[in-house]
Amino acid sequence: MYDTVDQLAPAPIGVDAGPLRRAARNAFPFVVVGAVWETVAHLGLFPAQFFPSLETIAATFVRLTLDGVLPHHAFDTLIRLSAGFAIAALIGVAVGIAMGRSRRAEDILLPLVSIGAPIPGLAYAPLFLLWFGPGDVSAVVLVAFVSMFPIIYNCWTGVKAVKDIWLRSAQAMGADDRRLFRHVILPGALPYILTGLRLGLAQAWRILVAVEMLAAVPWGLGWLIFGAQEFLNTDVMLAGIAVIAVIGLALEKLVFQPLEDFTVVRWGMMS
Amino acid sequence: MSPDRIRSLRRGVLTLIAVAIAYQAVARSGYFAPALMPSLGTVAQTLLNSILDGSMLHHAAATLYRVVIGFGLAVAVGLPLGVAMARFRPVEHFVLPLSSALMPIPSLAWVPVFILWFGLGNTVTILIVFYAALFPMLLNTWTGVRSVNPIWLRAAGAMGANERALFWKVIIPGASPFIITGLRQSFLRSWIAVIGAEMLAGSDWGLGWVIFDAKEFLDTDVMLASLVVIGLIGFVTERLVFGSIERATIYRWGMARAAKG
Repeated sequence: MYDTVDQLAPAPIGVDAGPLRRAARNAFPFVVVGAVWETVAHLGLFPAQFFPSLETIAATFVRLTLDGVLPHHAFDTLIRLSAGFAIAALIGVAVGIAMGRSRRAEDILLPLVSIGAPIPGLAYAPLFLLWFGPGDVSAVVLVAFVSMFPIIYNCWTGVKAVKDIWLRSAQAMGADDRRLFRHVILPGALPYILTGLRLGLAQAWRILVAVEMLAAVPWGLGWLIFGAQEFLNTDVMLAGIAVIAVIGLALEKLVFQPLEDFTVVRWGMMS
Repeated sequence: MSPDRIRSLRRGVLTLIAVAIAYQAVARSGYFAPALMPSLGTVAQTLLNSILDGSMLHHAAATLYRVVIGFGLAVAVGLPLGVAMARFRPVEHFVLPLSSALMPIPSLAWVPVFILWFGLGNTVTILIVFYAALFPMLLNTWTGVRSVNPIWLRAAGAMGANERALFWKVIIPGASPFIITGLRQSFLRSWIAVIGAEMLAGSDWGLGWVIFDAKEFLDTDVMLASLVVIGLIGFVTERLVFGSIERATIYRWGMARAAKG
């Protein structure tokens, strides 16, 4: 996961132990934190409504899952994430590659990108809500807008980082523009493009939950958490956060790591 | 300047002028209500007025205060903890699983919970900034200390360096590229988090709050003026502060590196 760590660095965790010991060791901190949480919750230092015990949270989680509320919220959030991210990926990769290949495109677009990028995406949220009205359109457009910048930036850098000697040798061997692009530039820039997509998705994910709170969408995990605040349902909020954590972890482990393993790691361009 | 650079510059300036003219044309056309799309002159006027009467400075100061405290706390916790994780196995075994579980939760998801626990106000905002900034700092420091070349440690040890000297003279400088990148990433995260937290939990001052509040009154010019200020502060800290720190240290030493978060 940490592609820049020296090989001389200490062995990664868990290499020196069996799978059972490793699982126990990874579980141990959660057991400790859980025990502390339970103690505080049962001592009654804080009202149970604000500081629910773990079994309350688990019960709420099961109840909300069984009656379909939690899956519905999670599903809508994922749809918004995919829609926003898909738009950002399409536009971002196209613009980034265009900027990397054409001097004209770079000169024209770079000032706009450099002005838009340093503003935190959420700052645009109220503006977009005014322009597009509260609801799904604003949320998706904002997510797309925000996650576009890291994608553009990395694609642009990636295409520029393709070694000149590769281009020249391919041309010398008679590759036309189309084959040059498909067989040299695209694979050469792919590590950067994948990094850009990964950063873009992470950005989209971080922003989406907050956007859902602001945009007053009817369903969505952000809205679930924010709405529960009105009724002091801390157990619902914490159950929602648990789902958010699981989705966030799954995006990283199930989407991007396999993709990288299948492409750039296999080609030996990244370790 | 080479003719190439001049051409780039000319094209860049032309783009900006073209975009400004297009915006102005749409704003003036009356197709959208002027309340939703004020002309650039109005925005500039609003920005100037709010700076002159001090309100924009007050908002910016409130936001910067929250960022600095939250970011400072994150560094104060993340840096020593990251070093401890890299140096002592038990600490690593304890903290790493927890941080991998907490890291994928966007900091802003905690806003409603923190509001319930701590009430509206500075505490919530500062804690959210702290949460957002902590993990990049922790992860980069940990990776940085782990990546210090063992040869350097052994060499220093052979030359009679004690633990203390080893730490200050070898480990910290060796890990500094990662630490500086961690500082930079943490600050970027804090800057995003503070705006969101102020929108959701703001009380009366702050750049995020003023944008959100302006929406209620359709003061689009105030929103755009605050956006300009937010972008400017972000740009200045990113480029000038962290950029010059990097140039003065790790670029000069030729060792810019980062952990992937």
